[in-house]
Amino acid sequence: MAKNAFVQLVLSHMRGYLREPEAIFWTYGFPLIMVVGLGLAFNSETPAPTEFTVAQGSWDNPLIQGIREDESFQISTLPMDDALSRLKTNKTVLVVSIGDSGLVEYFFDPTNPAGSTARRVVDDAMQRLAGRRDAFRWTEQQTDAPGSRYVDFLVPGLIGMNIMGAGLWGIGFSTVDLRVKNLLKRLVATPMKRSHFLLSLVSSRIVFFIPEMLFLLVAAHLIFGVPVAGSYVTIVLVAFAGSLTFSGLGLLTASRARRIESISGLMNLVMIPMWLGSGIFFSSERFPAFLQPFIQALPLTQLINALRAVILTGESLASQGRALVILSVWCLLSYLLALKFFRWV
Amino acid sequence: MSEAVLCHQLVKRYDAGKKSVEAVRGLDLQVSRGECFGLLGPNGAGKTTTVEILEGLLRPTSGRVEVLGLQWGAGHDHELRQRLGVTLQETRLREKLSVLETLQLFRSFYHDGIEPEEALGLVSLDEKADTWVLKLSGGQRQRLAVACALVGRPELLFLDEPTTGLDPQARRQLWEVIAGLREQGKTILITTHYMDEAERLCDRVAIVDHGRVIAQGPPKELILQMGGEHVVEFSLESDSQDPAPDPDATIFLNLADVRSVARESESYLLTVSEPHRSIPSLLELLTRQKWKLRSLTTRHVNLEDVFVNLTGRHLRDG
Repeated sequence: MAKNAFVQLVLSHMRGYLREPEAIFWTYGFPLIMVVGLGLAFNSETPAPTEFTVAQGSWDNPLIQGIREDESFQISTLPMDDALSRLKTNKTVLVVSIGDSGLVEYFFDPTNPAGSTARRVVDDAMQRLAGRRDAFRWTEQQTDAPGSRYVDFLVPGLIGMNIMGAGLWGIGFSTVDLRVKNLLKRLVATPMKRSHFLLSLVSSRIVFFIPEMLFLLVAAHLIFGVPVAGSYVTIVLVAFAGSLTFSGLGLLTASRARRIESISGLMNLVMIPMWLGSGIFFSSERFPAFLQPFIQALPLTQLINALRAVILTGESLASQGRALVILSVWCLLSYLLALKFFRWV
Repeated sequence: MSEAVLCHQLVKRYDAGKKSVEAVRGLDLQVSRGECFGLLGPNGAGKTTTVEILEGLLRPTSGRVEVLGLQWGAGHDHELRQRLGVTLQETRLREKLSVLETLQLFRSFYHDGIEPEEALGLVSLDEKADTWVLKLSGGQRQRLAVACALVGRPELLFLDEPTTGLDPQARRQLWEVIAGLREQGKTILITTHYMDEAERLCDRVAIVDHGRVIAQGPPKELILQMGGEHVVEFSLESDSQDPAPDPDATIFLNLADVRSVARESESYLLTVSEPHRSIPSLLELLTRQKWKLRSLTTRHVNLEDVFVNLTGRHLRDG
């Protein structure tokens, strides 16, 4: 076993990696910090109060007085000019002024969703105070139960992003690093099988991907109660398909590059479309229809969609067939092209 | 049995945009089994390109290459690599692997070979087995590189500039390692731009310049071809009033026993076979001309002189 070339190659990659404390941080520490940070930012127990500014002269108007004590509002008051300049610099989202005639004026930026929302909420509260009644009866169901909160949505996205980063950076960077150091050439001068080398590089990374993914998932579960509805086996299999695909993309991206600078640029070129389009932070379906074919073809879109389905709603592996097929196509193409174009010497 | 290396009319051209650069221009080489053969030449002479073609890492533009009787790209590449040991001009091995781990990795690629521990012994790194490559000195790293080339029990060893950049002590340690291998009867092809290295280690050398072999043979013979075994080097004194006399070098050719003359800035170099005859003759000429000596030294001819004689340049000038 110890004399098996493939085993020795995997061992050498793993040792090189494990002995690099920074690498461990970027693999385990950084993603955790991201989940915790973003999770806290978007996971307040009570909804944030609606913030707005009242022109000084209107402060004692009964309408304002009536909602001043309401905890769902956070109201400040300033002279009109100061209030408007705060609005312009985005320090407040809405300015309310009530004239002597009783005319209520709202100042806000309609392209800022927070401004439009504040305008409707404040208007609604004051209209009710003044006596307006609803025209029909209604009830509402709030979906802040575990499984449908933003943090639940976010965690599979971050896991997907991480798998992409680990595959591309992990494989791509170390490949170019070995090339820069002439070590690749040195290895080619031995009877080493080239396929062994490429496979060992990918295998050693995947050995780390899987625990990394599970680590994040369990951490998110323990800290935020993110539910894990699907079976761990299914989740691991989906993550494995993703790892394999992005490792292949990493090899392909690194197949020709001779310098660390050029691989960094290439990596960003490959990753930016997916960072933007693949729905890490919000659903990729929100993009306009004409972009959808492109966005759906991205491997990260498919990986994240599949991860969300198997983690949050416990879908079966079979139901993710389309995503897995698209991932496999990327995977196969990447490896074939990488093998064809790989610069060994 | 076939020669260890045969190389006929080797040409390597690199196309760099519109310009094409010829690194190797019709190089012939023959290395026999059991000999330590040196490729000696300045930087950029085409040594590394030649060796990397022999190692199967580069494809020649034209010419014929046979290594251990086999040709690259003819279906024997894997077999050939099993039989070769290589150190490249510059390889940075993984810094966070230990010396022994590095050797175990390289050993795993070969069917037949020696134990990693044995290879460590050959390069005197036994005590560093568990040290990370990161902590090794330049000389130790280079010896580890040689050990990596030895674990496959190679029939033919290529060492590309093994001592470049090492301090004198580290160079001598590596020389001992290479001399030891030579005594074991290993076939070694070594490239270097240090003439003392070639002289000390090699049974035969080929002097390479601008991609061609310009002289080939045992170091002793190459030196003898200079016509004399000694170099008399002298410079002339300048007066307080007059600048130093600046005679044409050819004037010294007529002196007794002088075989060739070279000029190097302010110094004149006479190649002679019997200094006890040539020096009096020189002194006589100087007295006649009323020229005064500033310095005079004699030494044995070395390969550097051979190179200077052939090219008019120094090895280190490139």
